Amino acid sequence: MKVRTRSDLATLSSSGLSTLYPPGLRISVGMATCGLATGAADVYHVLHDEADRRGLDLMLVATGCIGYCQQEPLVDVYMQGRGHILYSKVTTDIASDMIASLASGELPTEGALAIIPEENSRNSKPLEKLAGLPLLNDLPFYSLQHKIILRNCGLADPVCLEEYVAREGYQALALALLDLKSEEVIDQVLGSGLRGRGGAGFPTGRKWQICHDEQAQPKYIICNGDEGDPGAYMDRTVLESDPYSVIEGITIAGYAIGASQGFIYVRNEYPLAIERTTRAVARAEEIGLLGNNILNSGFDFNISIIRGAGAFVCGEETALISSIEGGLGEPRPRPPFPATSGLWGKPTIINNVKTLATIPVIVSHGSNWYAGIGENGNTGTVVFSLVGKVANTGLVEVPLGLTLNDMLQGIGGGGLNGKSLKAVQTGGPSGGCLPERLFHLQIDYETLTQAGSIMGSGGMVVMDEETCMVDVARYFLGFTMSESCGKCTPCREGTRAMYEILTRIVEGKAIPEDLKLLEEIADWVKTASLCGLGQTAPNPVLSTLRYFRDEYEAHVRDKCCPAGVCRALIQLNILPDLCTGCRLCQRECPVGAISGEKKKPHVIDQELCTHCRSCYDICPEGAVEIARG
Amino acid sequence: MINLTVNGQPVTVPEGTILLEAVRAIGVDLPTLCYHEALAPYGACRLCMVEITAPFSATVASCTYPVEEGLVVETDSPKALATRRLNLEFLLSRCPHSSTIREMAAGEGVTYSRFGEPPPDEADELCVLCGLCVRVCRDVIGAAAISFIGRGTKRKVGTPFNVHSDACIGCGACAEICPTGAIRIEDRGSKRILHTWNTTVELHACPECGRFFAPEPMSLLKEIFPEIKDLWTLCPACRQQRTARQWLDTETDKA
Repeated sequence: MKVRTRSDLATLSSSGLSTLYPPGLRISVGMATCGLATGAADVYHVLHDEADRRGLDLMLVATGCIGYCQQEPLVDVYMQGRGHILYSKVTTDIASDMIASLASGELPTEGALAIIPEENSRNSKPLEKLAGLPLLNDLPFYSLQHKIILRNCGLADPVCLEEYVAREGYQALALALLDLKSEEVIDQVLGSGLRGRGGAGFPTGRKWQICHDEQAQPKYIICNGDEGDPGAYMDRTVLESDPYSVIEGITIAGYAIGASQGFIYVRNEYPLAIERTTRAVARAEEIGLLGNNILNSGFDFNISIIRGAGAFVCGEETALISSIEGGLGEPRPRPPFPATSGLWGKPTIINNVKTLATIPVIVSHGSNWYAGIGENGNTGTVVFSLVGKVANTGLVEVPLGLTLNDMLQGIGGGGLNGKSLKAVQTGGPSGGCLPERLFHLQIDYETLTQAGSIMGSGGMVVMDEETCMVDVARYFLGFTMSESCGKCTPCREGTRAMYEILTRIVEGKAIPEDLKLLEEIADWVKTASLCGLGQTAPNPVLSTLRYFRDEYEAHVRDKCCPAGVCRALIQLNILPDLCTGCRLCQRECPVGAISGEKKKPHVIDQELCTHCRSCYDICPEGAVEIARG
Repeated sequence: MINLTVNGQPVTVPEGTILLEAVRAIGVDLPTLCYHEALAPYGACRLCMVEITAPFSATVASCTYPVEEGLVVETDSPKALATRRLNLEFLLSRCPHSSTIREMAAGEGVTYSRFGEPPPDEADELCVLCGLCVRVCRDVIGAAAISFIGRGTKRKVGTPFNVHSDACIGCGACAEICPTGAIRIEDRGSKRILHTWNTTVELHACPECGRFFAPEPMSLLKEIFPEIKDLWTLCPACRQQRTARQWLDTETDKA
C-alpha cells in the first residue's frame, strides 16, 4: 500500500493503535544502546523464551530509551484495562518471574518503578496490587521534564511506521504539504523561536529563510548526527528510539527550503542508530512518504544516510560538507555560509537531529504553542544527557529557563553517594565548567555563554568534591588536541601546548609563569582558530581558571591536588587504627603494593604504589587516606 | 567599488576583493604562508590576522575575509600583533631551521620561542602544513598525487600510504610553491626522484643531445595542448640552437 491521502494515514494510525494497545499483553524492552549495555538483550530473550515455554500470548517489542538510563534495563508492561507499568533494573531472573506472574494473570511487583500515564490508558482500572506506585511524571527525575523531542522515545517501536503515525506522526507533514506554502512553514518555525539545538543557537527559521531565498538549484538539507562530545548521547538516542521524527522533520525542512534531497550524517560508531534509521528510511520509501509526489502534493524528497568516519571535527558544518563530498573532514572559512554555498557549492541547510525532531511538533501544534514553552528568546525544550557524579543519570528534556539547581538537585537528585556537587560542565569540549555557586543560573543560550560555558549540543557532566578541575581541563584539552584536524596553526599547535602545560601542572612540574602562558595561548587559540572547534577548545581551561584558580595555584605553588586526584601529587596510606585486615585492598591492588597479615593492619609499599586509588575506592572501612601534597 | 580604511588610509577596491589584497594594495605587507594568488583562499596558517575596529570589532584572517563597505582595519594593533607573534613563536618552535620562518619571525620581532625545540626525530622539519603543495597538485595541476595524512599534531603531507605515487607526474609544482623549501626533488640520470614523496619518475631524453629534460608522465600534455608538441621534441638548449640556426640560415639566404 502507498500512502496518498490523509485517510491513508488514518488507516496507518489505526493499525498502529492496535499494536500500541493490543487486546492482550504488550511488553516493551528499552533497547537503545544504554539498555543494551546493561543487558536488555538478554532480558528480551528470557521474556521471549519464557513466554513461549508457558504458552503466554504477548506482544514483545524492542523500543528505544525512555530516558532513565541509570535504571536500565527498563521494561514496560501494558495490560489492557490496567495500563502501563514501568519496571526498572530488570535482570533475567526478574524477567523470568515477570512472565510467571503474567501467566497467572497478575501484574508483577518486583522492580516496578512507576505507572506510565498514557492518553489511551488513563481510564484503566486502579492497580490494586501496585496502588502505591507513583505516576512516572511524579518521579523527581521526570517531574520537571517536558518531552517534545523525546516524545516517542521508549514508548513506541522505533522502526514501526504505524506506531509513529498513531502517535500523531506525519500529521505535520500532511499539513505542510497539503495546506501550507513553504513560506508559511518557515513562518511557523520563525514564530516558534526555535534555535539550533546543535549548540550555536542560530534561529532555525532565519537559516531556512536565507536558503529558501537563494535562487541556485538544487538545494540540500543535511541532518547533523555526528555527535561526539564525551558524555553526550542525545542524538544517538533520538535516532535509535524515534528515527521517524527526524525523517518527518527533514522532509518538512526540505519542503520549506525547496530541497528534494536530504542527507542524514551519522557517525559509524553509532551502528544501532544507523540500522534503525536505515530501516525507517526504507519503510518510508516503501510506503510513499519519501520519494516522488509525496501525499499527491507534487513534492519529491529522498534521503541518503551518510556514515561518518568518526572525526569530531566533522560536526562542524563545513567539515561535514567536505566529508560528504568525499574530501578530507576539515573546515573551510566562512563566509560563504552553507545556506548560500554549501554541499557541492549549492545552498545547503544543516540542522541538528534534535532541531529536526522538533519541527513536526511545531508545525502540527503551531508556533504560538511552542513559543509558550520556555523563556522569551529561549523558547522550547532542550535535551541533556545528564551524566557524571550525580545520583540520577539519563537523558532529560527540560524547558529552557530551568535553573541548573533544578536540573542537578531536582532531576539529578544531587551528588552520587551523598557527596556534594562542585561543578557542572555543559557543552562538551567546547563548553566550560560552572561552579556550584552559580547553580542558580538559568539554562539558556545567553546565560551560559556569559558565565563562560555554552549550551552546546546537550552534554552535561556533573562533578563532585572528588573531581580535580585541572584534571578535567586536561582531559578535555586532550580530547580537542587529538580531534583537531590540524589544518590551522592555533588549534593544532595551541591545543598541544596547552595540553603540555596542563600535564606539567598535574605532574607538579609547573612554574608560576605557566599559568600566564596558559592564558596567553588560550586567548590566541580562541581568537585565531579557523573553525568552532579551535575557537571553543580553550573554554574548559578558561572557565576552570576563572572559577577554580585556587586549585591551579595549589597544584603549581604547593604541589598539591586538593581533590586528591592527580597521581603525582598524592600519597595513599592505610590508617592502622581503622584497617581490619580484610585483605580486599590487597586483592584489588593491580601492582601488588599492599601487604599484611589477615586481620592485621596492612601497609602500602610507596615504591610500588602507582596511586591508582583502587584501595581507596574498595576499602569498606574508609581506612585508606589520601595524603595531598 | 568598496571603500574601507586600513591603518588610517582610505582604500578603494572592487567588491569581492579579499581583505589581504586590500591591505597589500596600500603597500602594507602581512606575512602569509598558506596564501597564493593562484589558489582559492584556505585560511590555515592564520598569520595574516588583522583587527577590525569598526563598524564591529573582530580579529580575522585577512586572506579569507571579503572586504565590506566602511570597514576600519588595523594591521598592527596590539591584538593583531600579539596574535601574529605567538603564531610565529609556535612556527619557530616547529621549524627552528627554516630560514623563511626565521626571517618572517624576525620581521615581527620574534627571535626566540618559549616552546622549545622539536623532538630529535623532527629536528629538521621544514614543513609548516600550509597545504600549498597539496592544493597546487590537486587544483592547478589536476594530479592530486599528495594529500594530508593524519590529523591534529600528527598531520603530515604525503602520497597514499607514503609509497611511490603513480598519480605524480613529476612536474615539481609542489616544490616550486613550497614557501620553506621542504620538498626535496633531485634529477639523477634518467630519473627524477621526489624524495619527500618516495616517488620516482622517468625523464624524457632529448633526441638530439641525449640530455634528460622533462618528466615522461608530463608528455600527456602533448595530447591536451597540441601546440606544445614542438616544444616537447627537443630539450630547451637544443631547441634554442635549432632556432638560432634557422634564423642564421634565413639571414644567410637573404644576404
